Amino acid sequence: MKIRRPIKDTRDESSLFRRRAWTGFALILLCLCLLISRFVFLQVMRHSEFVTRSQNNSVKPRAIPPARGLIYDRNGVLLADNVPAFRLEVVPEQVKDMPALLARLGRVVPLGQDDLDAFDKLLATSRRFDSVPLKMHLTEDEMDRFAVNRWRFPGVDVVPYLTRRYPLGALLAHVVGYVGRIDASDLERLDPTLYQGTNHVGRSGIERSYEDVLHGTPGYELDEVNADGRIQRVLETHPPIPGKNLYLSIDVRIQKAAEAAFEGRPGAAVVLDPRNGQVLAMVSIPTFDPNLFVDGISQADYSALTDDPDKPLFNRALRGVYPPGSTIKPFLALGGLEEGIRRPQDTVLSTGQFCLPGQSRCYRDDTRGGDGTVDMVTAIEKSTNTYFYKLALDMGIDRFSAWMSRFSFGRKTGIDLLGESEGVLPSRAWKAAHSRQPWYPGETVIAGIGQGYWAVTPLQLGHAVATLAGHGVPYAPRLVMAIQGSADARPQPLANPPSGPSLVTSPADWDVINAGMQAVIAGGTGKGMGVGFPYPIAGKTGTAERYSRTTDAYNTNKSDAYLASRHRAWFEAYTPANDPQIAVAVVLEAAAWGKDAGPIVRKILDAWIATKGAAAPKDIPLPSAPATAGAASVPVEDLPAQTSSSAEAIP
Amino acid sequence: MISILQVRLRRFLQRVLTRPRIDLPLALGLFVLATVGLVTLYSAGDGNLALVGGQAARFVLGGALLLLISRIPPSALRSWTPWLYVGSTALLVLVALLGEGRGAHRWLNLGVMRFQPSELLKLTMPMMVAWYLHARQLPPRWKDIVVVGLLIALPATLIAKQPDLGTALLVAAAGAFALFLSGMAWWRLGVLLGALGGMVPVAWHVMHQYQRDRVLTLLNPESDPLGNGWHIIQSQIAVGSGGIFGKGWEHSTQSRLDFLPEHTTDFIFAVFSEEFGLVGVIALIALYVFIIGRCLWIAMEARDTYSRLLAGAIGMSFFVYVFVNGGMVAGMLPVVGVPMPLISYGGTSAVSLLVGFGVLMSIHANRKMHE
Repeated sequence: MKIRRPIKDTRDESSLFRRRAWTGFALILLCLCLLISRFVFLQVMRHSEFVTRSQNNSVKPRAIPPARGLIYDRNGVLLADNVPAFRLEVVPEQVKDMPALLARLGRVVPLGQDDLDAFDKLLATSRRFDSVPLKMHLTEDEMDRFAVNRWRFPGVDVVPYLTRRYPLGALLAHVVGYVGRIDASDLERLDPTLYQGTNHVGRSGIERSYEDVLHGTPGYELDEVNADGRIQRVLETHPPIPGKNLYLSIDVRIQKAAEAAFEGRPGAAVVLDPRNGQVLAMVSIPTFDPNLFVDGISQADYSALTDDPDKPLFNRALRGVYPPGSTIKPFLALGGLEEGIRRPQDTVLSTGQFCLPGQSRCYRDDTRGGDGTVDMVTAIEKSTNTYFYKLALDMGIDRFSAWMSRFSFGRKTGIDLLGESEGVLPSRAWKAAHSRQPWYPGETVIAGIGQGYWAVTPLQLGHAVATLAGHGVPYAPRLVMAIQGSADARPQPLANPPSGPSLVTSPADWDVINAGMQAVIAGGTGKGMGVGFPYPIAGKTGTAERYSRTTDAYNTNKSDAYLASRHRAWFEAYTPANDPQIAVAVVLEAAAWGKDAGPIVRKILDAWIATKGAAAPKDIPLPSAPATAGAASVPVEDLPAQTSSSAEAIP
Repeated sequence: MISILQVRLRRFLQRVLTRPRIDLPLALGLFVLATVGLVTLYSAGDGNLALVGGQAARFVLGGALLLLISRIPPSALRSWTPWLYVGSTALLVLVALLGEGRGAHRWLNLGVMRFQPSELLKLTMPMMVAWYLHARQLPPRWKDIVVVGLLIALPATLIAKQPDLGTALLVAAAGAFALFLSGMAWWRLGVLLGALGGMVPVAWHVMHQYQRDRVLTLLNPESDPLGNGWHIIQSQIAVGSGGIFGKGWEHSTQSRLDFLPEHTTDFIFAVFSEEFGLVGVIALIALYVFIIGRCLWIAMEARDTYSRLLAGAIGMSFFVYVFVNGGMVAGMLPVVGVPMPLISYGGTSAVSLLVGFGVLMSIHANRKMHE
């Protein structure tokens, strides 16, 4: 039997609904309470955590790089300046497809391969949310083009920055050096907190060795940023402390004269003040434009510099090593006096040939037939080899190298630049470290005339001359004279106390050497060089062989060009001879004669005297220049073809 | 003929204005809610008055429709119900065939305006379920439950396919609430929920990859902080940093600085929580509870089963909005496109919600007379 469908009971349905509605409402309340408990959890229990995250989200510290300290010469001529420029930066975090972005960007702002390579390297090492510089030094045109298209490039921005400019360009490239863009390898050694926001770091010269003084301390500001990282407003600013300004002891006028005097011929000159070790000029020719390096040098420019056979990037004054030749003779003579091995009046007979007893090996004098009987002053004046062969031998190699070491030969002079070469001072220890052979007496003999193992830098020789000129008181050469804390502060001079006790114990000894070196200028190998100069000059020439000889035969080829290709000319000098205030060492590559280097020294001294102006003391008598002085009659010492500079014996 | 229609229309419109059939407590609740919504939108939109003005205009339009519909008696609505349901479902099919929209086919271009047919279902769905159950013996048996299930499943599937999971959920929930309120036996409900639970792996298989990602990200938002996890993390930071008393109106850093995505639409509640804190959240939820409670009260007072079920379903689906949106903002539920009712900026949702409340007003006006 089929049950009839029950009649719809609306009253029952209504009460059923009422129950269900209440149940539903209760369930709703339960669910909403659950929801509220979740809000309680987030807003009460985890509140502080989310406050921090909210702030970290929106408040970003941004480093404000300090302005780099400026560099001036001793008279306040600006050598390194900061100039405002604009660069393109990319925040990697905000870029989804970097290659595509760079490709599109390249159509708006031309990007060189150098820029892209540098960017890729930096990208690999920087954090995702740090801005990475892409292209430096935008032109007006590039900035305008980017500004119009900026909306297409989220995460890319034009950022103002200070870049470095060297107003004098190549003149001081080897002294002031240059800054370069911080690259991936720099990031590993630099303190990231100090270099946040900084793009340049000192690469060479003063810029490198005084990096910590020049750099300064970065400040920071707290910026409120949006999710795109764009700054909405600045909450706090802590200004940076700019780097300190440096005053170099360089006098740009002397530096210019020295550079010009080389007339482009490779070489180096070091000009020091013997009274305090200040470097008045330091030249290495050829040189280069340091401005090329500041915002990243192009591969083409860099190749041009490195492929140049004269190596313009090489700092010859600091790192170039050359045999000193006869320039060490005055130092050896002083050693002979100080060590009590020689008296000034002791004479030696120069016959043109000096032989070690019991050996067939002999060493030549400069002049065929020798200089006859010479005392110390004459030996210096004429650069008589035999005198110094004998003196070196009598002194012995150990005393010889100990004495010469006091002039900083074979070790660093301690100048405030990095990368100085030590050169070589012949000694038993040095030979033991570099050869299995014992020390031979013949090596002592040739060491006495600055040949053999000898290798010195122009800076070392300049330092030695300055030490001698300063009555034996050694000062480490200094380029930075004073440091200025801020633009309106007084520059604070840097103290430079003597680096050791005086080398001269008896003033009479010094007078003898001084007399010998004055004689060089007055009538010896440097004759004519002092003509017309208001003060007496003391000096010494030298010639270094570039290549060792293959035969011992007298070379009869006297062509200047031929000799020049094989030799280097030295000239060392100081003045005024009675109260030395300036010491100079010059090396001229591809020059055979001391007389080639002499004019360079003279031009430097002329520039120095010009800087003195009216202050030049008038009471010092002019040296009486010999009327017969002429280039042809100048006795040439160190005639390369006649100089025995190797340890090989004459047949 | 036409003149007679014109006269009747004029009389009808006159009555709408002169003698509105309005439940004052509900109207007041909605008014307060809409005001809170505009105030929050002003702040979340960073003081963009055009945005606030546009939303206010929608409220005015929605309010007008509310007044209009409140004059239509439930009996008339009931008789139109099947046609409305069939019509709106047909539109869904049309959308599936030739709809447009970014990524998802949701919109139908009517020439003058674009229009989202799935919004209609939010109302026609509970109407249809109520209509069907109205004529049946209650509580419903399996046969009725299956029919209702099919009535729900067809449009919900079409909407979910668009894909618009949020609206599909709201539509399905509206229908399901009508079924629940009809007094469906608890054990049957248990069996049904059990069966649905068993469907979860199937649903997972059918879901779009981006929908799966959203669920997975919810479980571990930090796994992808800049991708799918971004919404969840930033929203929680906004809510959590608000604390008990909030950062104050117009002081939401999360939205102001664009860390919070969709901060005027789906995530506006996070801005509200950040600015007004837990106190504000509880107050706003209390307001919602009041509105839902009032809807259920109106439903209980209703004259017939159709009105009761419809009013109850509309009120309870209002809760789904609040719970799903609130849960999403607080990182409890996956990110689905469900707005916070009358707070989130957005045209159709505000208007369709107010139309729903118009139906409630009409039901209230035709309530059971107590002896």
